[in-house]
Amino acid sequence: MEALDTLILSRIQFAANISFHILFPTITIALGWVLFFFRVRYWQTQDDKWMAAYRFWVKIFALSFAMGVVSGITMSFQFGTNWPGFMETVGNIAGPLLAYEVLTAFFLEAVFIGIMLFGFSRVPGWLHMLATFLVAFGTSMSAFWIIVLNSWMHTPQGFEMIDGVAYATDWWAIIFNPSMPYRFAHMMLASFLTVGFLIAGVSAFRWLIGDRSRAVRAMLKVGVSIGAILIPVQIFMGDLHGLNTKEYQPAKVAAMEGLWETQAGAPLVLFGIPDEAARTNHMAVEIPGLASFILTHKWDGVLKGLNDFVAEDGTVLHPPVAPVFWSFRVMVGTGLAMLVLSWAAIWFMWLRRARHEGKVTGHWLAVEGLPKPILWALVPMAFSGWVATLAGWYTTEIGRQPWLVQGVMTTEMAVADVPAPMVLGTLITYLAIYAALLFAYIGVIAYLARKAAKGDDARAIDMSHSGKAGVLALSPAE
Amino acid sequence: MPDFANPADWLPWAFASLMGFSILVYVVLDGFDLGVGILFPLATQAEQDKMIGAIGPFWDANETWLVLAVGILLVAFPQAHGMILTALYLPVFVMLVGLILRGVAFEFRAKARDRHKRLWNRLFFVGSVMTALAQGFMLGLYVMGLEQTWATYAFAALTAVFLAVGYSFIGAAWLIHKSEGALQSKALRWGRESLWGVILGIGAVSLATPLVSTRLFEKWLSFPQVLYLAPLPIVSGLLIMWLWRMLRVMPFADDRRSWQPFAVATALFALAYLGMAYSFYPYVVPERLTIYAAASAPESLFIIFVGACVVVPVIAGYSVLAYTIFRGKATELRYD
Repeated sequence: MEALDTLILSRIQFAANISFHILFPTITIALGWVLFFFRVRYWQTQDDKWMAAYRFWVKIFALSFAMGVVSGITMSFQFGTNWPGFMETVGNIAGPLLAYEVLTAFFLEAVFIGIMLFGFSRVPGWLHMLATFLVAFGTSMSAFWIIVLNSWMHTPQGFEMIDGVAYATDWWAIIFNPSMPYRFAHMMLASFLTVGFLIAGVSAFRWLIGDRSRAVRAMLKVGVSIGAILIPVQIFMGDLHGLNTKEYQPAKVAAMEGLWETQAGAPLVLFGIPDEAARTNHMAVEIPGLASFILTHKWDGVLKGLNDFVAEDGTVLHPPVAPVFWSFRVMVGTGLAMLVLSWAAIWFMWLRRARHEGKVTGHWLAVEGLPKPILWALVPMAFSGWVATLAGWYTTEIGRQPWLVQGVMTTEMAVADVPAPMVLGTLITYLAIYAALLFAYIGVIAYLARKAAKGDDARAIDMSHSGKAGVLALSPAE
Repeated sequence: MPDFANPADWLPWAFASLMGFSILVYVVLDGFDLGVGILFPLATQAEQDKMIGAIGPFWDANETWLVLAVGILLVAFPQAHGMILTALYLPVFVMLVGLILRGVAFEFRAKARDRHKRLWNRLFFVGSVMTALAQGFMLGLYVMGLEQTWATYAFAALTAVFLAVGYSFIGAAWLIHKSEGALQSKALRWGRESLWGVILGIGAVSLATPLVSTRLFEKWLSFPQVLYLAPLPIVSGLLIMWLWRMLRVMPFADDRRSWQPFAVATALFALAYLGMAYSFYPYVVPERLTIYAAASAPESLFIIFVGACVVVPVIAGYSVLAYTIFRGKATELRYD
């Protein structure tokens, strides 16, 4: 019982840490590229609205980056403090992947972020642009290596087990393991969608409190466009990822779909309350045949049910059903809301532009066309990417249980023998700190948005018209 | 010296060296960041902004050396990683909380509204102190062979305080170089007042180490080793005397030699560190697990080794670039 308590508490602690951590890389991965885009647009057009956008978002980038770094360090230590069995068993595989993340990504981003943040007037323009590029590139490299390792834990290959320890036999197979391309694409798109909606939401907020600057218009259009363009791609990519999961982790897909019995023409369970004791769904609302159609592209395709993953002696070999089932629905639901909202926003902006053909110049979208309800809906959707990303990760990670590395080692095998009360104590402290920091983080974003809307950031823009900005940019920071 | 024909022999040695190097770089670089954090409440508000400016562009990269060090421990010596970090569960936790508070306070204080700035300043100080104390505590327990008794806790509590004061010393030395005027005078005074932490810290570890085990006693005090090793304490003593004197006569006209206290402090830290490395080698968990027993498979280590050979010089290169770009006296940091 003692061991079980430590196991559960350590799992909750790691889940809390990694959930808190992933919020920030999800923002920085794509925001780095968006900042690079703003920076390049400024260089191309010398239009100050792009620099104003850059300056506003670079602050949020710096804050998110710091949050990501400190919570990431916490996790690298928790491998040792709470999960020593993981590295002892698969360290020969996980080690080089993590090492390459540190070597190729962490230092790159950590060094160049200093130049990116504080170097604008100290270094030539091209070097500042290069620093911005390298930071964005570093965050993506970091995402690549960590997704490689995570995907390998879902679909391991390219190794052999000798005396209970994994040894690498084929690095190419390890890196390009079957689920890696899908998971990487899915996560990169998730990051861009998160940032698209964050930019759209914060800009909508600035618009609603009276900010009519050209920067806010540009940012709103960029944010909504990223969302509208990428959400269909993401839905398609999610479908491909699901097909991949069905092939390699059928128990996870069965839990996602809430299917208990293996059957042909399996229904899509829209809603239901999975009951693992009774092994059925209560109050289920189903569309006949649709799950089979989505996953096999045939109306009468056969899908494996959860009951196939129970051993003869009654040992359950599938993940807990309800959390996977619900997280999956939260992710899909949030994605659909993103689709509806971003397309509606684009439609209204395009409509306004089309009606004023000839009178409005410039972009093919007009922000004035956005009705108030759409703007108000965009504000809470600023963090919709977080909800969808977390729900997606819960689906895939809880869906891998009871395995830590699919088919190789269970989560229970990795846990440290730390007294349960100690883990409970650290867990509560982490939760309190994370809650406070999250509160402060969102508070600061709102504060920065209000400050920018009041025009505190517009100083540089005003001066540019009198020609002073050029002089300022040349003189050193002091 | 390892046998370079046998990968199972030289790879663990190479990784132990790289890990040792990373820890040393971390202790010096993040040491001055943390030291500046510890000295933070002693400065006025305007000085605080300059102190932040003196470490702002660097702290993130400095902290990454810790990630590299613990990363190498994790990937090259997984057995040791588990043993050490499980034994140090609580101090590691305190350090992580400290690092979280320090790192985010840094960003928040620059962006939050004015009335919240004081709170973040305080958290910046608290985070720096927690991190330094926790690292000193871990150092003490590690020197004591990770034994957990009241005596080792007492020793660890001492090293915790000494390391925190030692960090404030190297932080002050950094500020001497990066500041001018009143702040520089203050930094000189802080340097004079915290030098004792360095002396007592190095002294305590040096005296305790040979007493921990007969192996270490033999290693240090048997003949002729004692002769080869004699330069280590002698040079350290000379460096301390130099610092003692310099901090009383600086600053010089035109700010000449303002970089020297930091350079000498770095040399002192490096010497003390080399002494420790000599003590523990070839153990990674003192007296229990050698680097050879704890090492990952040579094939996996080799993959990392190739990458490290290419990447570490590049990292060193662009780190130098960053320090060059932000050279000179610190100013308040601005995003434009």
